[in-house]
Amino acid sequence: MHAFDYLEPVTVAEACAMLADHGPRARPLAGGTDLLIQMEMGKVRPEAVVHLGRIEALRGIEWDPQAGLRISAGVTLREVETHPIIRERYPALATAAQVVGSVQIRNLGTLVGNLCNASPSADTSPALLALDGQVEIASPTESFTIPVAEFWTGPGQMVLQPGQLVTGVRLPVPTPSLRTWYYKLAVRKAMDLAMVGVCVALEPRNGSARRVRIALGAVAPTCLRARHAEQLAEQGEITNGCLEAIAEAAVAATSPISDQRASADYRRAMVGSLTRRAFTQLLR
Amino acid sequence: MKRLINLRINGVTYPVEVEPRERLLDVVRYKLDITGPKEGCGTGDCGACTMLIDGKPVTSCLMLAVSTAGREITTVEGLARPGELNDLQRAFVELTAVQCGVCIPGFLVNATALLRENPNPTEEEIRAWLQGNLCRCTGYTKIVDAVMEAARRINARPSPETA
Ligand SMILES: Cc1cc2nc3c(=O)[nH]c(=O)nc-3n(C[C@@H](O)[C@@H](O)[C@H](O)COP(=O)(O)OP(=O)(O)OC[C@H]3O[C@@H](n4cnc5c(N)ncnc54)[C@H](O)[C@@H]3O)c2cc1C
Ligand code: FES
Ligand code: FES
Repeated sequence: MHAFDYLEPVTVAEACAMLADHGPRARPLAGGTDLLIQMEMGKVRPEAVVHLGRIEALRGIEWDPQAGLRISAGVTLREVETHPIIRERYPALATAAQVVGSVQIRNLGTLVGNLCNASPSADTSPALLALDGQVEIASPTESFTIPVAEFWTGPGQMVLQPGQLVTGVRLPVPTPSLRTWYYKLAVRKAMDLAMVGVCVALEPRNGSARRVRIALGAVAPTCLRARHAEQLAEQGEITNGCLEAIAEAAVAATSPISDQRASADYRRAMVGSLTRRAFTQLLR
Repeated sequence: MKRLINLRINGVTYPVEVEPRERLLDVVRYKLDITGPKEGCGTGDCGACTMLIDGKPVTSCLMLAVSTAGREITTVEGLARPGELNDLQRAFVELTAVQCGVCIPGFLVNATALLRENPNPTEEEIRAWLQGNLCRCTGYTKIVDAVMEAARRINARPSPETA
């Protein structure tokens, strides 16, 4: 690995100042399960590495029955997977965290790191999209939130400017009738990245659905919502013919590539098939 | 630039000079000569380098040594007193769950964390917990059997309070 300046801020303000100082040549380091591998391979060569692990304010999961859930940037995937409130109220997110890598990787890797690595196959990202997640961003001068859906701009790319740090993710309180479903399609059952990830959230009403979210992973340069398919699904009773149209619209939202994991055609076929399966399960 | 840090490993504090880019696994093996943890892949996939940090299993090939200063680190050497074997290690030996052995320190450290958190795991739970530990020799069956046997023995023993 190349040599770099190693910085250990203890507050968010310090971290932002350090990131601003070094501009695009600085990288935040959370669990390191993506970043250290990329550095070891020489793919990224930051001149300054800003370790977030000593920032007390970035620990913890907060739940408020009115405000919803807040997961700080230091929270590991294992903490997300085992948290009783997340398991009970946001099961798709708990499942998505649980299928990442191994217990050793989940003890290191953070939810926010999974988001900020901006890989289209990140397992937790479709769940954050389907649950209307907001990304909390701090800079040396301000802090604000943006919808998860507006966070990525391409593979490994996001809207963050030099000096900006993601401090956490917020999820609104799910309505009592909200049901969610996440499916990771992979060659192996464990230690494998998704060929396709589908997360659907909706409120079932006698054969029709409200508040539909269809979030797709690993089938486009970023994770995305199939918005046209969502609208179709909210238009009335979901008959078999209608489900077919929803699945087709979901496929039309994708622009998959062929790679060592799967061909683009296979990915498209699986988006259709998994979307149908999601609705069948959730409306049952 | 080198810096002096204190690594706390198996209850002993080791002052050691490291560069920020040095991985925990390398510092432990090559600077401190604690060679139980192995490097199988260097990319987090095989689990041979597993250590406990504050009781939690992690892949030490994906950690910088500087980031772990002051935290409680356990390697396979710290699972039992020198010269002794704990229940888990004994079960691995008696059930011949060990062949070439290179993966075993990782399995022992990770399975120790499992048994602390879940003293009565099912076979399915053991397999799920150990999915990040690869073994090229044993075929896993005997490893899973050994963890189940160790759990039985630990649970059969009267706890200190009831003894
Ligand atoms: C063996 C193995 C198996 C894996 N399997 C899966 C899998 O099945 N599914 C899956 O989705 N992922 C998988 N991953 C990747 C997964 O571990 C990571 O995506 C992890 O969640 C990233 O979190 P981290 O804390 O390790 O991030 P880091 O590696 O520390 O950081 C990742 C990126 O995000 C940036 N970053 C981190 N925190 C912040 C912040 N607060 N603000 C701004 N930028 C930030 C970093 O600069 C870096 O660019 C696997 C990884 C390994 C090594
Ligand atoms: S050497 Fe660390 S997981 Fe393989
Ligand atoms: S005993 Fe040889 S790799 Fe497991």
